[in-house]
Amino acid sequence: MTTHDTLPAHGGAQDEQVGRSRPPRRRPRQTVGGALLSLLAELLIIAGAATGLYVLWTAWWTDVVAVHDQTALVQDLQQVKPPSEVGTERRGVAPVLAEPPGLSSVFGTMQIPRFGADYNRPIGEGTDREKVLNTIGLGHYQGTAMPGAEGNFAVAGHRVTYGKPLNQIADLKPGDPIVVRVTDNATNFDTWYVYKVTDSQIVTPDHVETIAPVPNKPGVEPTGDDRWLTLTACHPMWSAKERFVTHAKLDYWMPASEGTPKELSETAK
Amino acid sequence: MIFPFVWRVLPGPTALKVIELLVLLAVVVFALFTWVFPFVAADILPPPDGTVDTSATPTP
Repeated sequence: MTTHDTLPAHGGAQDEQVGRSRPPRRRPRQTVGGALLSLLAELLIIAGAATGLYVLWTAWWTDVVAVHDQTALVQDLQQVKPPSEVGTERRGVAPVLAEPPGLSSVFGTMQIPRFGADYNRPIGEGTDREKVLNTIGLGHYQGTAMPGAEGNFAVAGHRVTYGKPLNQIADLKPGDPIVVRVTDNATNFDTWYVYKVTDSQIVTPDHVETIAPVPNKPGVEPTGDDRWLTLTACHPMWSAKERFVTHAKLDYWMPASEGTPKELSETAK
Repeated sequence: MIFPFVWRVLPGPTALKVIELLVLLAVVVFALFTWVFPFVAADILPPPDGTVDTSATPTP
């Protein structure tokens, strides 16, 4: 480094000026060892500052960016504002949108009143970390059922960082509504699906039977009564050790053109 | 070593140096937030992503 050449000269010049008036023991200002030590100290300070900034970036900045992007994605879906009156609850066979072919297309939104009245997040296809979970937020496990269909509509999401869509998953209680709206303007498809939470479990990440067509019963064929929704997120927070898994069952569905589920108008009041 | 060097190469009077230093820091933080940290998060320290899967190594 160039400091090596300049520093001793600089120090020497100082010595000449100051040397006469001050005691000579301060003369060796910087030895090679001392210079290396101060370089090491500075590098450690820089490393510490960078680490602190990294924590700030993961815990705060990724949220700022992701929430901004996710709000824009909800708007991009161009969901028509539904009539505010409470529509008829339908419990028969529900219309089901075909699963989007590619990764990362946004086909719907999820509202969970327990997470706040303004909680409205996009749902993307797939659970790819970069393409879906870090950007869109909620990701639909490819190959699992679509909303309203027999089987298990399984969705993953971050519990911390990147907009943390499932940050409060542990607050969900049995009976809590999870409202999914699937919109495809190209085919005039716009349907509400209202699920009610049944139970939650904490498992290690290899427990894929939690997202089986009938949750925790792999191999069992779902019947008309088995229209499930499953959310998976990290547990404990900031750790990848386990998964917090919450199951919900379809209560009813409703065309979005007919009204708004009462679960949403209740939170608006 | 590094800090005194930076302080010496910055031109102008002390007040200007302070402003230059703040601009320099802002540029460094911007570079870290835009390029370095996303790279670290994607390739070195992936954050927990909350999926269940069959792969032998649990997704961090």
